[in-house]
Amino acid sequence: MVLTSEAWPAVQRQFFSWFHFKESFPDVARGFWLDIRMFLVAEVLILAFALVLAMIRSLRGPAFFPLRAIVVTYIDLIRGVPILLLILLLGFGVPALQLTGVPTSRIFWGVAALVISYSAYTAEVYRAGIESVHESQRMSARSIGLTQVQALRFVIVPQAIRNVIPALLNGFVSLQKDVALVFVLGVREGLREADIYNARTFNYTSYVVAAVLFLLISVPVARFTDWYTERDRRRRQAMST
Amino acid sequence: MTSPKLEIESVSKAFEEKVVLEDVDLQVNLHDVVCLIGSSGSGKSTLLKCINLLVPIDGGRIALDGEAITDPRVNPNQVRQRMGIVFQAFNLFPHMKVLDNVTLGPRKVHGTGQGEAEDTARRLLDQFGLLDKADEYPDRLSGGQQQRVAIVRALAYEPELMLLDEVTSALDPELIAEVLNVIRDLKTSGMTMLIATHEMGFARDVADQVCFLDAGRILEQAPPDKLFKDPQEPRTRQFLQRIVEAGRL
Repeated sequence: MVLTSEAWPAVQRQFFSWFHFKESFPDVARGFWLDIRMFLVAEVLILAFALVLAMIRSLRGPAFFPLRAIVVTYIDLIRGVPILLLILLLGFGVPALQLTGVPTSRIFWGVAALVISYSAYTAEVYRAGIESVHESQRMSARSIGLTQVQALRFVIVPQAIRNVIPALLNGFVSLQKDVALVFVLGVREGLREADIYNARTFNYTSYVVAAVLFLLISVPVARFTDWYTERDRRRRQAMST
Repeated sequence: MTSPKLEIESVSKAFEEKVVLEDVDLQVNLHDVVCLIGSSGSGKSTLLKCINLLVPIDGGRIALDGEAITDPRVNPNQVRQRMGIVFQAFNLFPHMKVLDNVTLGPRKVHGTGQGEAEDTARRLLDQFGLLDKADEYPDRLSGGQQQRVAIVRALAYEPELMLLDEVTSALDPELIAEVLNVIRDLKTSGMTMLIATHEMGFARDVADQVCFLDAGRILEQAPPDKLFKDPQEPRTRQFLQRIVEAGRL
C-alpha cells in the first residue's frame, strides 16, 4: 500500500534516501557514540544511587525517620517534574551561575539530570523488590545479629535485585532513548547531529539513521528482557514443584 | 544461689487489639530444656520472638543472666548474638551456599576471619552430618537437612541459649527424627534451650520443664512426668486428651 501510493517517491526521497543516508551516517553515528557513553555512565550511577535511596527508604524505626523523609521527599519531587525541565534547569541554569569549581559542561549537567530523575524511578523499582522478599528473611537475618543495614545488604537486597531484573532492564531501554533529550542543551549527540543535517539539507533521512541506531540497541535489550523474564519464570516454577 | 539464665517477668504483648501474651512469667536455668506446648495461636512463637527481641514487648521484663535485655538502652544486635533462634520454615538465605549461610553471622557480626569462620562452620556441619552439603544451595536440600543447617547457622556464633520455634512442624514425618536427634545431642552437650513444639513425645523425653500455654498465658508448668500424667488444669487435660486422640502422644 505504502509503496504503491502516489506519495511514495516523495516519502522515499525525504526519509529513505540512500544518498542522504550515507552522507549523514558518519556524523550521526559519532553523535550516537556519545549517546552510548552518556547512557553507560548514567546507568551505572543510577543503579548505585537508586539502590542507596531504596535501602534508606526501607530502614525501619523512628531513628531513621529523618533519612526516610528526605528520600521520600526527593522521590516525590523528582518524579513529579518533567525530565526535560530538569535537563534544561541543570544544563542551562547551573552553568549560568558561573560558580567557581562547579562544572560548566552541558554534557555533565545533562547526564546529572538524567541520573537525578531516573534514580527516583529506579529507587521505587528496587523498593518493590525489597518488599517482595519475605519478611521471614529479614527476621532471620536480624536473628543472627546483623544490623538493619547488614541485613539489607547481605540478605534482602541480593534477593530483591534478582526479583526486579526485568524491571531494571526495562529502565535500561527507556534511558537508552532518553539520553537523546540532552540534545536540547546543544550537546552534539546522535539526534542533534541528525537535526543539524536536516537543517542543512531539508532531508529527513538523517533522523531515520538516528532511529535505526537507537533501535539497534533497544530492540536486542527488549528481546533479552523477555528472554530473561521467561527463563526466570520457568525456574521459579521448577523450584516450586 | 545462682540466678536463672533467662527470666521472663509478667511479659505482655498485643498486636493491634489482639492480646497474644498476657502476664507471662517463666524462668529457664542454665543447661535446662524448657518446652512450650499449646495449640497454634497460644503465643509460643511470639514469646520466642520477644525473647530474641524480634518482636518488641508491650510490658514486663526479660533478663539474660540477670541483665534486662528489654531495656531500651540495650543494643538488640548484641543480645541476639548471645542466643540462637531457629524457625519453623528454616528461613535459610536461598541465594547463599550452605557454608555461607553458616559463616555470615560470625564474619559480619563478630568480625571473624573468613578462614576461621569456614573452619568452624565445616566442623559444625561435619558434626551434624552435613559436611558434604557445604557447597550446595539450600533449595537442593531436603527439609530436614535445611533445618539442621538452620540449627548449625544459629550455633555458629556460639550462643548461650537456643530458642527453637516449632522446628519440625514444616517437615515430612520421616524427616522429623533427624532434627529431633540433633536437638537431643544439643541437650547432651548442655545447651540451654527453650523449645516451642507440637511433638509431645519429644517434649516428654527431652524437657526438664514443660509449660502449657493457652490464649497467651502460661496456664500450667511442671516437669514432663507430672504435666503429661497428672495435669492440674482442665484446659491442659482437654488439650492433652485431643493430642492423645490424634495419636500424637
